[in-house]
Amino acid sequence: MNQIIYEMINDQAFPTPFCPGCGHGILMNAVLRAFAELEWDLKNTLFVSGIGCAAWIPSPHFKADTLHTLHGRAIAYATGAKLFNPGLKIMVISGDGDLSSIGGNHLIHAARRNMDMTVVCANNSIYGMTGGQVASTTPLGSLTTTTPKGNLERPFDLCRLAEAAGATFVARHPVATPIPLTRTLKKAITHKGFSFVEVLSPCPTQYGRRNAFRSAFEMIQGLKSTCVSVEKAKGMSDEELAGKVVVGEFVS
Amino acid sequence: MKESVGKKKKTAAIHLNKKWCKGCYICLEVCPKKVFEKSPEVSEKGFQPVIVAHPELCTSCLQCEMLCPDLAINVEKGE
Amino acid sequence: MQYKKVKGPLAPGWYFMQGDEACAEGALAAGCRFYAGYPITPASEIMIRMVHRLPELGGAFIQMEDEIGSISAVIGAAWAGAKAMTATSGPGLSLMIEALGYAVITETPCLIVDVQRAGPSTGQATRPAQGDMMMVKWGAHGDNEIVALSPWSVQEMYDLTVKAFNFSERFRVPTFLLADEAVGHLRETLVIQEEVEVFDRVKIPGKPPFGTEEVNGVPSMPAFGEGANLLVTGSTHDPWGFRKTQDSVVQARLTERLIRKIRDFKSEVIETDSHLLEDAEIGVVAYGFTARAALAAVKTLRKQGVKAGLLRLVSIWPFADEAVAALGKRCRKIFVPEMNRGQIAGELAKFTPTPVIPLPKTNGEVIEPAEIVEGIRRNQ
Repeated sequence: MNQIIYEMINDQAFPTPFCPGCGHGILMNAVLRAFAELEWDLKNTLFVSGIGCAAWIPSPHFKADTLHTLHGRAIAYATGAKLFNPGLKIMVISGDGDLSSIGGNHLIHAARRNMDMTVVCANNSIYGMTGGQVASTTPLGSLTTTTPKGNLERPFDLCRLAEAAGATFVARHPVATPIPLTRTLKKAITHKGFSFVEVLSPCPTQYGRRNAFRSAFEMIQGLKSTCVSVEKAKGMSDEELAGKVVVGEFVS
Repeated sequence: MKESVGKKKKTAAIHLNKKWCKGCYICLEVCPKKVFEKSPEVSEKGFQPVIVAHPELCTSCLQCEMLCPDLAINVEKGE
Repeated sequence: MQYKKVKGPLAPGWYFMQGDEACAEGALAAGCRFYAGYPITPASEIMIRMVHRLPELGGAFIQMEDEIGSISAVIGAAWAGAKAMTATSGPGLSLMIEALGYAVITETPCLIVDVQRAGPSTGQATRPAQGDMMMVKWGAHGDNEIVALSPWSVQEMYDLTVKAFNFSERFRVPTFLLADEAVGHLRETLVIQEEVEVFDRVKIPGKPPFGTEEVNGVPSMPAFGEGANLLVTGSTHDPWGFRKTQDSVVQARLTERLIRKIRDFKSEVIETDSHLLEDAEIGVVAYGFTARAALAAVKTLRKQGVKAGLLRLVSIWPFADEAVAALGKRCRKIFVPEMNRGQIAGELAKFTPTPVIPLPKTNGEVIEPAEIVEGIRRNQ
């Protein structure tokens, strides 16, 4: 491993509080690798997060300025910090419910403004920290504690939402493919303007167990088989694409 | 240890941090060469971590290192 | 303490301004260089003044998508090093309450101006009230010690804004300027001095940013981008910012210090203004725009042979408990005219056994001197 990664973390915060096999841990790994490969000095980088498991990715694990805020509000706090000190590089790392449900308004306005920041949305399709409630990204039919008979609501396509709101870099990758994920994260970090990266990051504990995944590895396998790259999807019919998730860079 | 004809290969060195490993076994399942096995011991946090059972089989694909949620695996690439 | 004199951005002299405008100028004089806000009657004029003035002074301005976004951006900017503020009214403040608690536990200096209007809820947007006095102290969940000042003139809309900023920096706490629609939209003359006294937050490299050895200390506050690797969080935390959500010693120490760092030094904040109190038998306690009518009422009562006197509260929180107790010892009754149903009157009763008679008025209009005189004469 790039030795720099070990210099970018607060040792005393490890082992992490994440569940065994948590996708967010793999995402943390990829984010650190992206900054390490860019040889990025974290001194002027600010990590902002909301509330939820994903929000604990930077705080307190990264040895950098971290701002752990309120549920849904990370992007608004980040906006204030960036405007007063434009020299800061801002990365928001937070969850799908945090960023698109309670925080949806701040997300679309920051995208509209093309605020210069990178938003990494760790999408596990559930509210994990509070025990597994349905989220704005939970697939139709999924079992959660608040949809015990199966989710009746359609989920957001977060990338289409961000794109429609005006984001100038939009991408999606699963944690199952860490190399393209890291490559995209590097592009998002160096992008000038509002970059949005949705990362499919499985929750084996709250989502997996309730929806017939027997292990974290099975969820990683599942992502590999349902994700299809943008390029490949172009040559596929609607029937072939049913049940698939298209991943890659959509706006750049 | 496997040897190529006429050359001695440097094997990958896989450093496993037993204190950080939570026994999720993603590395064990994903490794194409079955380098990892479950440890018979329980760690101080109550997990059953992995052990690097067959480092000589490692091809330095780095999938274990990149997919470890706990930064517990550090692979020094072999040749 | 580290007060220093700086030259304000406006040339010294007499000015004729609206209260809201004077508030904006006071903020700029105190060093405010970040404003995030959302339109709301009757506070929008503060925002409009800021959008013109901040770029002239190298500051930053943004109109956010809602009040929650506004106060969030203010707190983010404060941690990037800014003296930051927002201005709103009751309905907007209600939305900011969660963030207020966040600012309290993270010890973020910032100013929130509440130009109060008739409520509850949407109420009467263009009408004055003083209904948010308790909300700023008790609105956020948990225990909060905050600073709130109440201006009664356009001059004080300027001066007390400067003071409020200074207290926020001195105590690392969100502070409030509790104005109302009457003083906010009032136009009056004010004098602007060449220099203002300002307090800048204390920054000591190497010191923990979220704890002190003293049980009532205010920690050092670095900014983002200085290599401090700040761990700002709304969860209970240790002096270095690490989350400690299962540690009862840390929780006890933090909650006590957040209160005592202000309460133990409340004499620095508490300010009252006395009129005709030396031989008063009837006490009147008032604040904000209502105090203007109360002063006139007291003078009228004196002419009528009633020994009345006014204790004006300039600071609302921390509460002037000793001044009220002293007043109670001197007077046989205390009257409290206010544009609410008795919020401060109820607080007074905690500190004096002397009968406290509220004179509430909540019809969306200011209280007139004759109404106070009548209320006192009827209940003497």
